[in-house]
Amino acid sequence: MVLLIAAPAAPPQEAPQVHRLDYAWAPLLAHLLGLGRSAGADLVEFFLERDQYVSCLVEEDKVTSIAPSLSVGAGVRVFKGLADCYVSTNDLSAVGLRSALEKGLEILGLSLGSSLVPEVNLELLRDYAAAQGKDLWLDRCSPIGEMGDILRQANHELARQGSHVQARRCVYFRDWQEVLVAASDGTFARDIRLTQSAGCHLLCADGLHRASLGQRLGDTSNPEFLRAWDFTTTAADLAEAAGKMLYADYVESGAYPLVMANQFGGVIFHEACGHLLETTQIERQTTPFAGKKGEQIAHPSLTAWDEGRSLQAFGTIDMDDEGMPAQQTLLIENGILKNFLADRAGSLRTGHPRTGSGRRQSYAYAPASRMRNTYIAPGPYSLEDLFASVDRGIYCKKMGGGSVGPTGQFNFAVDEAYWIENGKVTKPLKGATLIGEATEIMNRISLCSQDLGLAAGFCGSVSGSIYVTVGQPHIKVDSITVGGR
Amino acid sequence: MNSIDTLVDRAHQSAARLGIKKYDIYGALVEDTSVQVDRGNPKQVKASQRSGVTVRVWNQANRVGITSTTAIDDLGLELALQMAQEASAFGPEEYGPDFSPAAQEPVTPVERPLAAPVPVTQLLRELVAAEQSLLAAHPAIQGVPYNGIAQQKVDKFYLNSQGARRQESRTSASIYLYTKTEIPGKKPRSAGAMRLGLGLEDLDIQGCLQEAAEKTISHLDYAPVTSGQYRVVFSPEAFLSLWAAFGNLYNAQSILDRQSLSTPESLGTTVASPLLSVWDNALHPSNIGAPSFDGEGTPTQPVQILEQGVLKSFLHSAGTAKRLGASPTGHAVIGAKVSVSPHFFHVLPGQPPDQTHHLETDEQVVFVDDLQALHAGVQALQGSFSLPFDGWLVRRGERVSIEAATIAGDIRKLLNSIIYVEPNPELTRRGFCPRVWVEGVAVTGEAGA
Repeated sequence: MVLLIAAPAAPPQEAPQVHRLDYAWAPLLAHLLGLGRSAGADLVEFFLERDQYVSCLVEEDKVTSIAPSLSVGAGVRVFKGLADCYVSTNDLSAVGLRSALEKGLEILGLSLGSSLVPEVNLELLRDYAAAQGKDLWLDRCSPIGEMGDILRQANHELARQGSHVQARRCVYFRDWQEVLVAASDGTFARDIRLTQSAGCHLLCADGLHRASLGQRLGDTSNPEFLRAWDFTTTAADLAEAAGKMLYADYVESGAYPLVMANQFGGVIFHEACGHLLETTQIERQTTPFAGKKGEQIAHPSLTAWDEGRSLQAFGTIDMDDEGMPAQQTLLIENGILKNFLADRAGSLRTGHPRTGSGRRQSYAYAPASRMRNTYIAPGPYSLEDLFASVDRGIYCKKMGGGSVGPTGQFNFAVDEAYWIENGKVTKPLKGATLIGEATEIMNRISLCSQDLGLAAGFCGSVSGSIYVTVGQPHIKVDSITVGGR
Repeated sequence: MNSIDTLVDRAHQSAARLGIKKYDIYGALVEDTSVQVDRGNPKQVKASQRSGVTVRVWNQANRVGITSTTAIDDLGLELALQMAQEASAFGPEEYGPDFSPAAQEPVTPVERPLAAPVPVTQLLRELVAAEQSLLAAHPAIQGVPYNGIAQQKVDKFYLNSQGARRQESRTSASIYLYTKTEIPGKKPRSAGAMRLGLGLEDLDIQGCLQEAAEKTISHLDYAPVTSGQYRVVFSPEAFLSLWAAFGNLYNAQSILDRQSLSTPESLGTTVASPLLSVWDNALHPSNIGAPSFDGEGTPTQPVQILEQGVLKSFLHSAGTAKRLGASPTGHAVIGAKVSVSPHFFHVLPGQPPDQTHHLETDEQVVFVDDLQALHAGVQALQGSFSLPFDGWLVRRGERVSIEAATIAGDIRKLLNSIIYVEPNPELTRRGFCPRVWVEGVAVTGEAGA
């Protein structure tokens, strides 16, 4: 339902207080959007943001850093034809926002006229925060003192459970973000995002043998997240893995079949395929999948999703940074490309429908098509089936980071790996990097097990660093190049 | 009165109202504009004006609290001071940061003319022309998907309640051009270049264009390389990428945190070939940004990290210097836990080599032009790396582009396996560095072993 609001008698001169972004901003934003349209812009969009961030670091049982930060800012995007420009500012006064708009218009060769300005009719505020009680979330989070206490306990667990421990760190951050989006097509929406993450890092050393491993959990919708964190299990998992990797041999380079674990193993799909399904890549002509919608691009056993709605997952958003409700987007079904991820500009320039995927790190970045919770769907096979299919190969239990290049070549590090011999997991291996071409690897994912698992991650790209989920069940890749010694 | 004077006044007034006796503030006001184009048309134009400050407050027990904020009006700054004051109750009890003893010492004057910003239309004109020239350089160049010109002005400052006050302004401009090529039957390839300058007029656009075109064309004909141990020549950019990725070797904070391959006792030990010497010099004449002070107000200065392979100095903040009995070196990045970061490396030949090497005459080397995915392929605390790279197999000066390959090894072994550091340095984003030759590095290619 879209309601029209009455135009104010005179253009508003002052912005509301910055301590809350809500319907009180409607008159000013409607006026500025009208100014932009009357200057000749096809579409104008404002993004207002308040952010409260705090991080806590505990090392060797001591709190060594508590770092809060506060930010407010706004970005205005102006479209004319297929071109757009983006101007950001810290100044949320009426003068500051108008000046940002004027700069955006000027960049596109437009200027404000003196004629009567029709105000844009904004829809009735879609307030996801109010509808879900998010305004109270921040007060329910752990205060600073409790953060330190919990992290100290987790840090102590690392010492208790690890062996040959040289250094141990536990970290937590909380990112509270309030956003308001208003656009000249009537979009007017508000949300609050509460992203939290806690994790541990362990460095073990014995002579020249070293193992360095980390583990992190994340959440987007539970204010009690830190209190509920099972740090004993996190510490135990990490200590066990570090103990095994401490004396691991370096992997010998070559081409191998491999079994990739669930949860963070999904980074392979994120890097090798997910990025190439963003319309940003179509615009840049840097995806081999452009123009292949409806075609077979992956092994028939592979189905994959990107969505923003999984409860508490790290990439979950109720609306994207362009005010569109997050969608559940089927990317690949039985190997056939079904959809791309599109933001407003990407949709305009490629023709693919918007998917609620317009995301950005903050007001300092223009939004772009980005992933949310991205995962390979579970398949029919058991874990035993996957291992039994490998005579000599590698089990990638824990993946590190990775990236994809402009021609579709990808690479990622393996933090915890084991040799597979005749279907059995044997000795630990370190130093492996997986390398390949996206178009080739997607056809080599031949078996998917039933145990889908998700993991929290960070994704850096054109619109900054954002919170995402990667995921998959255990999968088998028939062959991949492994860089090692 | 400029905006930084206003900020100083606000800080003093707010601190007085809150009863805060000891504090410092580091911050910057930034204005930047950037453009990208797509086949002759503007693709995206961005402009921003933003500010950010980091406030540290010490309480009566000399424990420190910190807050960062982008809101530097009266209300925002006072809120930040208040939050930092509250956070100080949880500040570290031992080894907490303090004012730098050098925060009021004179800084070395840095001559960097400020460039006036040019209109967006001019940035677009220059970039469109560069893109067109690159597309015309070879029929295989199908696009320049990654391109941009940006200009920036930064006003940076530091002040503390003991009266220290620093301020400086810098301008910079940059261009990058990365092509994509397609030839039937061949894999798509990409190559590019970037340049930095004080402003648009100072920017070597032609040089960037020529380098991007030359590299692109050189990668059109490629071949897989056989896996094995190779004599490897690192380009200045590639060597500095690797040197920076293993910064924990010479970062005093990492060493104190035991997150390093070095220990405090490593000073004076040999960690690399005697053919190699390395400085960090923020004030190097080629450093566009050339900061004259760090996040704690300490003046920057040249620091010799390696002298003929021997570790001579770590990079310090005020706190790490105090704990290790050294002087602050001007490398602090302000925070509740102050970190340490390099500015601008200068790599030099150390001892005279027994033998010189030349790409034109050496029998066979792998030339590593650009290392990729360092965030994923470097295990900084283990000392190991496994990285994809762009480069060529060079036989007596004849070079053939290498199809997808990786290079792997241990940084300590690599530094000790250097056989030649060329005499002529080149300017890169990270510093001034010549090509560096290393014996026996593992390369994995797609031609098998």
